[in-house]
Amino acid sequence: MTNETHNDIAPEISAAPKPSDAQNADAQNVETQNADARDDTRDDETRSDEKYAQKPGAPRSEGGYFSGEEKGEKAKSELSGDDAEAQMRRMSRRSFLWSIVAVGGTVGGVKWLSSRRLDSGVPWPFRRVLQTNEDIAREILAPRRLAPTFARSQIDPIRTNGLIGLDDWDASEWILNVEGLASGETRQLVMKEIKALPRIEMITELKCIEGWSVVNHWAGARFSDFAALVGPATQSGQSPDVKRKPDDVLEYVGLETPDGGYYVGLDTATALHPQTLLCYEMNGAPLLPENGAPLRLVTPLKYGIKNIKRIGTIRFAPQRPADYWAEQGYDWYAGH
Amino acid sequence: MKHLEKKHPLAIRWFHWVNFPVLMLMIWSGILIYWANDVYRVGWGNHTLFKFFPPAFYQKFNIGQRLGEGMAWHFTFMWLFAINGLLYVLYLAFSGEWRQIVPGRGTLREAFQVVLHELRIRRAPLPRRKFNGAQRIAYSSVIVMGALSLLTGLAIHKSIQLSALTSFFGGYEIARWLHFWLTIGFCAFFLVHVLQVARAGWNNFRSMITGWEIVSEPESAQPETTKAAK
Repeated sequence: MTNETHNDIAPEISAAPKPSDAQNADAQNVETQNADARDDTRDDETRSDEKYAQKPGAPRSEGGYFSGEEKGEKAKSELSGDDAEAQMRRMSRRSFLWSIVAVGGTVGGVKWLSSRRLDSGVPWPFRRVLQTNEDIAREILAPRRLAPTFARSQIDPIRTNGLIGLDDWDASEWILNVEGLASGETRQLVMKEIKALPRIEMITELKCIEGWSVVNHWAGARFSDFAALVGPATQSGQSPDVKRKPDDVLEYVGLETPDGGYYVGLDTATALHPQTLLCYEMNGAPLLPENGAPLRLVTPLKYGIKNIKRIGTIRFAPQRPADYWAEQGYDWYAGH
Repeated sequence: MKHLEKKHPLAIRWFHWVNFPVLMLMIWSGILIYWANDVYRVGWGNHTLFKFFPPAFYQKFNIGQRLGEGMAWHFTFMWLFAINGLLYVLYLAFSGEWRQIVPGRGTLREAFQVVLHELRIRRAPLPRRKFNGAQRIAYSSVIVMGALSLLTGLAIHKSIQLSALTSFFGGYEIARWLHFWLTIGFCAFFLVHVLQVARAGWNNFRSMITGWEIVSEPESAQPETTKAAK
């Protein structure tokens, strides 16, 4: 494997200049002068060996590589035989000490990261990065951009996943509670009022955070039409105008199942997106209980975890609402 | 006669050794994510040669039920992977180092000869250059694969905002499939790379750390060339 470790002379001894080196001195000096002009920091690596400090031409393991010294021809050391090996040993020792520090630092860094205090189920540094990713996404991407729609021939069968918050279901008792309104009161809506809103149909792709996706046909009312109907509280305190001043609506929307077992938070920009529906039909039939009957949220802009089934309460809020999965280590934004 | 020869610039050594743990973390967190919908396999029809991944694999490495954690790591270290990769490519472009890596005319032929040599079929010695044809192709490929991993990753992660990119890759599902197989490609590269580095020996490996390599020049080279010239 190696042809230089057989040399058992201690590096300090073998590094001492030999008479024959004097012949090379001129050539070395040429290179060293260039090197010195580039970099005055070479002291630190020669400190360990006084004799070497006087010996020019010792190749330096660092420095000067950005100065283009290698363009065209190869950098070469004129050291010969044992000196080359001794010099290499010195550089290796130093480099490998650095390697140990680097490996230790990396392992320590990873351990540090994974052992930080949890912030909603994930070590806090990751929560910060997820928040930054969200800020970047909301800042530079266009929240009004439409998701692709598909042809009828591309519709997939329904794939049911996630039944949290869907226990104890009594259709006759369902009512939609709406909070955070400009009036300051809680309003209750029945299905007939939702269905009275313009009916929207769309064929979009629902993406599960697990990594699969299905194209489904959805029918329901636009969330923005619903918001205009109920009149959410505004940031300015003025009377709401959802269609013309959507940015003035309180910044967040929280949605909950009737039993409170499942809950999601949305940014209002997503909630008011034209493809965000309060949906009552799926693939051409009324919603099944396991798919969120009688009313669920559908938004192709977010992973399925945000597409809450069986909405019992909708709340406009100035602060970020609780979110079932975000509390367990997932990204709160979860947007595409 | 031995001398030291500069082989790998400091910048490239940094990019390389930063990339190593970052890519490992990306692959590991990627597997945590993949577990939640582990649909890929090697096979046809009802025949499955290998399923990604067998339950024993998940058990051994404690992969299951860690999707959220995987996503958090993945969407954190993606920044390091992207920035490091971008700086590497910029460095290659502006330093001229790309000339050592980008394949040229004859690279494919040379790569073929290298493979024959490695398989002990062809005796002729390998070219004495920084990288031979096979290395050029391998090292260029991983750069392209890295770029494709970033792009397919973006196509999955921001499939609405970047829906043009997602459609370019054939849609959400195919982008995910590509993203997965690129990762398998990285793993394959890693295995061959480590094997070849082990075979090449200490002097070569050390040069990726110190930057320098000990080169022996045969002392009798001069007379022989003279003879050959006659």
